[in-house]
Amino acid sequence: MFPRPIEQSAPAVQWIYKIALPVALVLWLLPLLGVAATSVRPASDLAQGNYFGIPSYLAFENYADVFRNTPMARYILNSFIVTIPTVIGAVALSLMTGFALAVYRFKGNLILFFMFVAGNFVPFQILMVPVRDLTLSLGMYNSYHGLALFHIAFQTGFCTLFMRNFIKALPNELIEAARVEGVAEWRIFWFIVLPLMRPAIAALSVLVFTFIWNDFFWATVLTSSPDAQPITAGLSSLNGQWVAAWHLVSAGSILAALPPVLMFFLMQKHFIAGLTLGAVK
Amino acid sequence: MPSRTFNQRSLAPWLFLAPGLLMFIVYVIWPIGESLMLSLYDWDGLYNREGEFTGRFIGLDNFRELATDQAFLVSLYNNVIWLGMYMLAVPAGLLVAIFLNQNVRGIRLYKSLFFFPFVISQVVVGLIFSWFYAPNFGLLYLILEWFTGSGVAILAEERYVTYGIIVAGLWPQIAYVMILYLTGLNNVAPDQVEAARLDGAKGWRMLWYVILPQLRPATFIAVVVTVIGALRSFDLVSIMTAGGPFGSSRVLSYYMYEQALSEYGYRMGYGAAIAVVLFAIMMIFISGFIWKMWRDETER
Repeated sequence: MFPRPIEQSAPAVQWIYKIALPVALVLWLLPLLGVAATSVRPASDLAQGNYFGIPSYLAFENYADVFRNTPMARYILNSFIVTIPTVIGAVALSLMTGFALAVYRFKGNLILFFMFVAGNFVPFQILMVPVRDLTLSLGMYNSYHGLALFHIAFQTGFCTLFMRNFIKALPNELIEAARVEGVAEWRIFWFIVLPLMRPAIAALSVLVFTFIWNDFFWATVLTSSPDAQPITAGLSSLNGQWVAAWHLVSAGSILAALPPVLMFFLMQKHFIAGLTLGAVK
Repeated sequence: MPSRTFNQRSLAPWLFLAPGLLMFIVYVIWPIGESLMLSLYDWDGLYNREGEFTGRFIGLDNFRELATDQAFLVSLYNNVIWLGMYMLAVPAGLLVAIFLNQNVRGIRLYKSLFFFPFVISQVVVGLIFSWFYAPNFGLLYLILEWFTGSGVAILAEERYVTYGIIVAGLWPQIAYVMILYLTGLNNVAPDQVEAARLDGAKGWRMLWYVILPQLRPATFIAVVVTVIGALRSFDLVSIMTAGGPFGSSRVLSYYMYEQALSEYGYRMGYGAAIAVVLFAIMMIFISGFIWKMWRDETER
């Protein structure tokens, strides 16, 4: 193990380490803690310049205010309506593409695979004008499906990379044995490979959920009003209206951060498994 | 019936590929080609009444204009700073990972909390740091005032603004690199570490000669995601400064958006030309990654 386990060092060093841990954590999360504290600070405190002192009371009304006076609830709902179908769509499509690229040998296999990988890395701006134009001409501008369809297509690139490598690591004998028995290809996919894919599906679902929930660029390019805007775009436009109303900005920020944070804590193992794919050989 | 299974097996991959490939071509591959073409046109994004494209072919004029466009050069320069400074996330992430790679009580929770910033949307990160930097009451402003007697409004100073935004971007990026290295450290071969220890290796020498070579896959991915992250930077610039003050914190991705879509105008062709430059820069790195992955694939 590297570095040397701390239990092997002098008691004094162990003490220092145990103190350094929480101190480092607080420093690391300082900006976030500040915002969380501001989100429950009454506006009157901020007006009087009491930014970091003890708040006169805990103002959970800031959150109520955000919901009452802005379309925040709508934004959150929109985010879910765009994100959930995207997760399902991208995972479903990439299960199939990943299966095709992992199991079959055919001409162009590697080229197609690397096309998915490379496409996943391109800057969004090179897609922006044509994708917006396409979405407009299909009458899907400022709609859930317009945004979700693009996300599904783009995420398929990353998901294919993931699924293909995962399926490739499965024992090939399973598939060979089924073929000898004369099992149809789609049945191999459905009854043999799919049940083994549960961890990969879980990992990708949490990852894609987070990516899409947090997307801001496409939300700005493909939506324009609270009818369809997800929370990232909504928060950005609210930020423009709430000039210097930091208690509201903070409350809104915390609300926007909550779903992916909960997702992360509930599905931590899967989340990290997905993110660190390829980090070890 | 061998011929039937043979046919089934040569057709099957294409049937499985069809839906995903179709979507990917329509929304990713095709638009890249379209943008490359658009960069040679002067177009305001409109169609005439018959639904025909109204762009005018102007050859390389957009690129000629870029060469003398001060705002473009500033954006390009800022992208270079982003790329350079963002790379700090790799050693910094490694350092945090080494710090946290222990087995004391509660360490799992510490690791997750350190990872926290990566899970949050960049919009929220941008707002958090705007508040942190805010003049007169922002935490950093107050700290600087405490130590030096006068605070600095980071986001209003042309000299500091880009660095201020990059620091905000480094926060989640370091967390990401940290998690990659924690996984990597977890898989370092213990016998090699022990053997090196018996040979008297420790500290930096141990890290450099024994640990880092084993962390190579993690380092590769960390560099890939950091380069991509640096060149993709859009959200933070948009949220924290909208390119200001006086356009000094623009980056290519943001300038492209400004030219093509925002109130500054609908110069789709010019915007596409900026995107093409960004794409070309990105392609240098992408080809490198792909080349390495290709080698690994065909060696197997």
